[in-house]
Amino acid sequence: MDKVQNNKAWFLVLPVLVLVAFSAVIPLMTVVNYAVQDTFGNNVFFWHGLGWFEDVLTDSRVHGALGRQLMFSGIILAIQIPLGIAIALCMPKRGFWASVCLVLMALPLLIPWNVVGTIWQILGRTDIGLLGYVLSGLGIEWNYARNAVHAWVIVVVMDVWHWTSLVALLAYAGLQSIPQAYYQAAKIDQASRWKVFRYIELPKMQGVLLIAVLLRFMDSFMIYTEPFVVTGGGPGSATSFLSIDLVKMALGQFDLGPAAAFSLMYFLVILLVSWVFYTVMTNLDKQEGK
Amino acid sequence: MDLQWMAWTGPTAIFFVVIACLLLIFTFLAIRSPETPRVGVLRIETTRGDRLFITLLGSAFINAGWLAMSGLPQWWALGICALYAAAVFRWV
Repeated sequence: MDKVQNNKAWFLVLPVLVLVAFSAVIPLMTVVNYAVQDTFGNNVFFWHGLGWFEDVLTDSRVHGALGRQLMFSGIILAIQIPLGIAIALCMPKRGFWASVCLVLMALPLLIPWNVVGTIWQILGRTDIGLLGYVLSGLGIEWNYARNAVHAWVIVVVMDVWHWTSLVALLAYAGLQSIPQAYYQAAKIDQASRWKVFRYIELPKMQGVLLIAVLLRFMDSFMIYTEPFVVTGGGPGSATSFLSIDLVKMALGQFDLGPAAAFSLMYFLVILLVSWVFYTVMTNLDKQEGK
Repeated sequence: MDLQWMAWTGPTAIFFVVIACLLLIFTFLAIRSPETPRVGVLRIETTRGDRLFITLLGSAFINAGWLAMSGLPQWWALGICALYAAAVFRWV
């Protein structure tokens, strides 16, 4: 007997469709409309064509923000992924201490972004902050408000502190799912610790690590609150990442047109990266399923 | 329905209508003649819908690149996009 195809179940998706339309599609359409017009307020708009896009695409300020953003995402991925794996490998596999470690690791993830920003903003100050006080006590002229390198150091360390736990927890979950038989086989073959990691643990963690990289890349690519609270994008524009620059343009200067064009380009980059990661992930699943 | 707050313009309306029509056509096609995914030059499984997405996303980048670098009329970029679309639907 032929299988009966009934597509009526698709109607059950309608509520989500309406929700997404109001929360994402309609605002996005409005942004597209803003991007081709100029306004002086009062909801009066003038046609500007592709001018704003041309400005944004050739603007050194936007290029600078994009460069800093890519550098930031690259640095934190290069630190957090290996560090997260290392922490996961060191965590106890079972028992009381495994639970203690899990709870401790989860703590930074529960703290809201602006609170994390405030914690590090105070911690880094030389007058009342422990970190700043110790560093200046060691003879280092520490000042993250004036020195660009110091500002970068504090923003990167803050992100590592906040989010390495996520990578570690994901890697830990991946490690826990490896059957003991693999380790036993490795023991029989007298495989070294490195070989166990390279040929058993790392391949088995591939899926979760890819998710970790995707999550951390997207989050760091859209980061706003933490660097905004700590450095405000400064000194100068040393830590002005894409979203900080975008908000300055859209709300600070109220340049709706350029900001709309900017956010659409930003959106396109995120869409591209998400699609690449999604495709890689689904293909990986299919390969594992075979 | 007052849509003034959305600041609509003729060209952007046409842009969205074209995209909506494309989505409708591809939905209709998918119901009318369902297809099995195939593997193309990108070594990934794609359906018609995937290829449409790749075409639209790529076209956005082609247009942006053209606008940033060429200095020639934007319509020409649309021609390149058509070629790109044909290539995607043929080989991807």
